[in-house]
Amino acid sequence: MRYSAYSIFKQALSGNRLWTPAWREPEPKPHYDVIIVGGGGHGLSTAYYLAKEFGITNVAVVEKGYIGSGNVGRNTTIIRSNYLLEGNNPFYEFSLKLWEGIEKDFNYNAMVSQRGIINLFHSDGQRDEYARRGNGMRMHGVYAELLDREQVRRMMPYLNFDHARFPIMGGLYQKRGGTVRHDAVAWGYARGADQRGVDIIQHCEVTGIRRENGVVTGVETTKGFIGCNKLALAAAGNTTTVGRMADLELPIETHVLQAFVSEGLKPVIDHVITYGAGHFYISQSDKGGLVFGAEIDFYSSYAQRGNLQTVEHTMEEGVSLIPGLSRAKVLRSWGGVMDMSMDGSPIIDRTPVDNLYLNCGWCYGGFKATPASGFCFAHLIARNETHHVSRFMRLDRFERGYTIDEAGKGPQPNLH
Amino acid sequence: MASLITCPHCGARPKEEFSVRGAAMPARPSPMAKDEAWHAYVYIRDNPKGRYQEYWHHAAGCRRWLVVDRDNLTHDVFGVTDAADFVQARGIE
Repeated sequence: MRYSAYSIFKQALSGNRLWTPAWREPEPKPHYDVIIVGGGGHGLSTAYYLAKEFGITNVAVVEKGYIGSGNVGRNTTIIRSNYLLEGNNPFYEFSLKLWEGIEKDFNYNAMVSQRGIINLFHSDGQRDEYARRGNGMRMHGVYAELLDREQVRRMMPYLNFDHARFPIMGGLYQKRGGTVRHDAVAWGYARGADQRGVDIIQHCEVTGIRRENGVVTGVETTKGFIGCNKLALAAAGNTTTVGRMADLELPIETHVLQAFVSEGLKPVIDHVITYGAGHFYISQSDKGGLVFGAEIDFYSSYAQRGNLQTVEHTMEEGVSLIPGLSRAKVLRSWGGVMDMSMDGSPIIDRTPVDNLYLNCGWCYGGFKATPASGFCFAHLIARNETHHVSRFMRLDRFERGYTIDEAGKGPQPNLH
Repeated sequence: MASLITCPHCGARPKEEFSVRGAAMPARPSPMAKDEAWHAYVYIRDNPKGRYQEYWHHAAGCRRWLVVDRDNLTHDVFGVTDAADFVQARGIE
């Protein structure tokens, strides 16, 4: 069924009793051309673009839980392309362009809202750094503006402009940044893939990867063996666990990141704001809840729950930036497990096993990358060659000395 | 994650006093080791789900480097040793 204003009208006349499920729940076939491990945003978008752009429809997405139960439903929904480095900016800009057309593309309301993102700066040095990043963006053809204190004050009068320790001196503004309703991204891609013949197999955990003569022949799962010509991993925080089944040695450490949402409030925060003196970021959902988060918990963790110390730290940063936040009540908090890479940048590449493809290392910036990640991964799987915007995101870049260290932190996964 | 970490020098202390360095399992190769060994040490992580040894620094206490032996799924802490003892027990360097 194609969704449209007409379909809503027609369904309303029949009392909304004739809506059909947005995707099927098929049993696995014995063999597929491509199996994708992981039914999160990246796995589903890979399946969608494989079917839509590259004509490969005999595809299965196997997910150990239900689709969207991982990080695609556990993030702060921000989209942006305000990256500095050559290895990152064109990729994230490609992603942002896909976001701009995504709802028409997959015929699903993902509530893409380009409300603008502003990165605040609080010192001369940080201003220079942000100016450099803005210039880098503009050299890549991505518009950015450097706002001064008064311009920021006009846009966001509720910020703490009297902060003695971290005065707000201005911000780097990307108008085209914003938010997207994250669950709808998973559902939209799932529905679009399913309509084109992709089997989405939920509650099916991969327990082993079968190899013969050095190539993958299929996966052992809790629903039995499923054969494939090509296997693609998009397992986020569980990448190491799945990769180990094929003896991959990966530059990944798994960490937990928490996020929070407040009770619903009247519209107050119109943009996405990041705090340059901490790592705090905040926006307001269309439902009215303030959605915010900060750093990871710093210790390695596979648990989808975090520590109170980080909760307290996040709240302190938030109140330091927006004093009025102290009066809002937090409604929910949650944690997601992140595949932190050793340089803070992702990997979309082949592996030492010929027909095994890898998509991982998204740290906690994977949501904004969902469309481009799927597109580039599908390109790699279908044609066996790298898409040009993801050509720096190689698995062997660490040993070759070509890391993409956007933050300049070095090989320290909990600092990226 | 536990809210109290028992430092071998200071006793049970709040977790806020510590900062986390990362995996303690990779052993530093000799300076003359081949590039492959250094690549594995610097970049490759076992990243197991379960029992894990991690370097923690008691930054707001005795300022000793410690190794916290814990479970990264259940968040149980099994023990905390001084990093010097950990390295000696492992028998490297």
